Amino acid sequence: MLANAILIALSLVILALVLNIWRVVIGPDITDRILALDTLYINSIALLVLLGIHMASSVYFEAALLIAMIGFIGTAALCKYLLRGDIIE
Amino acid sequence: MLDIIISIFLVLGAGFALVGSIGLVRLPDFYTRLHGPTKATTLGLGGLLIASMIYFSSRGDVSLHELLVTLFLFMTAPVSAHLLAKAALHLRVRSEIDLPGDEQSKP
Repeated sequence: MLANAILIALSLVILALVLNIWRVVIGPDITDRILALDTLYINSIALLVLLGIHMASSVYFEAALLIAMIGFIGTAALCKYLLRGDIIE
Repeated sequence: MLDIIISIFLVLGAGFALVGSIGLVRLPDFYTRLHGPTKATTLGLGGLLIASMIYFSSRGDVSLHELLVTLFLFMTAPVSAHLLAKAALHLRVRSEIDLPGDEQSKP
């Protein structure tokens, strides 16, 4: 039961990742690409959480927390660069 | 019984993440595309983290690491969406409808 549910959830998340990469490739504006990268890191956190349940180890949480922090900082820095032309003024 | 609850949360969470990404690909312009990932995907990740919390708590000690990720994500998703919208308004990204304050730039 649980193994099948993990397999279904993994395939759904991987399909979501492929759709995000498609938007990164075709995105007409630079903000579309930044938004797609933002969604990409959120979905990769989902993938890591699913792998943690699948392998029954809690090692993956530290990686998920690190990706959450660094992804937010990256999005904020890119938006700040677009807004002001500089990141740290 | 616990397996059924965990499975429901897993499939619901992954389904919401997929719905957010479909919205990112299918919606017509940037300002509508902003809605899919910032709401649906964050909700889906919340479901997955609840499932993980139940799973690791049922194997022994109470596990609350996931609350850290959930709290951090639910605090930062609106902030990054606001920053993206501000950047798009600054760059005058094409929109399907007229944006407020954009009248004088039209001929």
